[in-house]
Amino acid sequence: MEQVLNLLTEHFYFIFLLILMIILGFEVISRVPAVLHTPLMSGANAIHGVVIIGAIIVMGQAESDNYLALILGFIAVILGTLNVVGGFVVTDRMLEMFKKRKKN
Amino acid sequence: MNSGLLSLSYLIGSVSFIIGLKMLSHPDTARKGNLYAAVGMTLAILATIFLYTKDGVGLGNHLWIFGGLIIGSIVGTMAAKKVQMTAMPQMVSLFNGMGGACAAIISIVEFKHLLHTGADITSEPVLTTTILIGLVIGTVSFTGSMIAFGKLNGNINDKTLPLQQVVNIGLLVLILIMLVGMVTGLISADAMTMMYILLTISALYGILFVMPIGGADMPVVISLLNSFTGVAAAFGGFLYDNSVMLTGGILVGSAGTVLTVLMCNAMNRSLTNVIVGSFGGNKQAGGSSESGGTYKEISITDTAVLMMYSKKVIIVPGYGLAVAQAQHTCHELEKVLDQNGVEVKYAIHPVAGRMPGHMNVLLAEADVSYDKLLDMDEINPEFAHTDVVLVLGANDVVNPAAKTDPASPIYGMPILDVEDAAHVIVNKRSMKPGYAGIENGLFFQPKTSMLFGDAKDALNKLVAEIKSMA
Repeated sequence: MEQVLNLLTEHFYFIFLLILMIILGFEVISRVPAVLHTPLMSGANAIHGVVIIGAIIVMGQAESDNYLALILGFIAVILGTLNVVGGFVVTDRMLEMFKKRKKN
Repeated sequence: MNSGLLSLSYLIGSVSFIIGLKMLSHPDTARKGNLYAAVGMTLAILATIFLYTKDGVGLGNHLWIFGGLIIGSIVGTMAAKKVQMTAMPQMVSLFNGMGGACAAIISIVEFKHLLHTGADITSEPVLTTTILIGLVIGTVSFTGSMIAFGKLNGNINDKTLPLQQVVNIGLLVLILIMLVGMVTGLISADAMTMMYILLTISALYGILFVMPIGGADMPVVISLLNSFTGVAAAFGGFLYDNSVMLTGGILVGSAGTVLTVLMCNAMNRSLTNVIVGSFGGNKQAGGSSESGGTYKEISITDTAVLMMYSKKVIIVPGYGLAVAQAQHTCHELEKVLDQNGVEVKYAIHPVAGRMPGHMNVLLAEADVSYDKLLDMDEINPEFAHTDVVLVLGANDVVNPAAKTDPASPIYGMPILDVEDAAHVIVNKRSMKPGYAGIENGLFFQPKTSMLFGDAKDALNKLVAEIKSMA
């Protein structure tokens, strides 16, 4: 019990943020027209590409003779960028079409 | 100063994700929301590269980082721009898998790093747990997404191994045992070897998790894997004490879960049901074996006449329309009929196509006016006073067995009541059952006529025929 409480104190900021974000995520999405399910999924998909920041940190901290970290980090950066850029562009393409029909 | 700027960038980034996601859930603001989130992401990435410091040391290897960013951006943009609208679901799945792989790689490098610092992994239980869970979830998300991609792309068929569920649960238990064993030190084998074994089992689990799930349930799976990757990203955030990764990851993890549940609700199925996969995976006969019944065919000319002299036509688009790339031709048919005074509407089932909203996106691409697309609840009462319903490559969403046959695997799923209309014309390539693998009694009803052929081809001929008559 004490260990758990210690853990809570130690990481309070993150646990706090974690719970708030879970609730926020539920609230933000709970009322969405079915039309937007696909673009929304795609947009959310792009947002979790934020994992790229971890890849950048790995890459940036790798010593120049640590080839394994460099190569893995490099691949991770490419994959993360694919997730982010591809995700946002695909979402935009989907939504662009919704805009077109509004002019009609 | 620098760390203040970094914090500010992360704050703006996090807020942009929240606002972006909120705006994405409304049709009028969706596109702007996506842009806001993208701007916030760019800011957070640039701030990390130039402002991030650990123990007073900034990030190096800028050349490598920018190299990766540029390659990823070019390939990502080209792939996203070139992809056909019909292939959108698999594209989302593919990008999702990339994110999962990225999270897994980060965990591998950090795990090596942790061992390298000479630390005994059991003395850092929180850190080790964070890294390993990130590894497991990222890997499952990666392999699972790749299988989902392959399935939607038609490269991989549904396969169920004997005792599939037992094997899956066994793997999951094994993963948990290994996690606990490694963190507590109960398993004293070489940590690096253990990590690779964990990686392999996770990869295998991802594959076997998605493998038996039928194509009809794929959107739910992609949405679920999407939230998995979100959680993996959040673990990365925890690992680096990085607030923007944590907010972005958790936000997607939780929003993705809601979206998954919303999709399940639209199909009137529970999530467990989807995962255990009784839908397309086990091709059971499904109670009503009305196969062998008689159906009647209709010619293009007869279809054209029937439609021309109707007052009201409702088109029910399905995946067959998407596969045939027939959305433009479909819009053309609508225009020709409209010019001849026939009222045309589209009935959109929540799970028509391979993803909720898939048909809307597709028809919007062909410039079909938004107010002609009606949701299931809106259109169902209208079928009773409709002359002709044209079912284009849809099957399970119009299967009356969902209402009448409790033994059918799709029993309870809300469907479009097309049989209430005076005539039903079904365009299909053959009499083969739909994605759920269930026979459709609608095709054998007296008021139903079958118009065989590729959707685009048939529609083209139909448009030409109607034009020549007008």
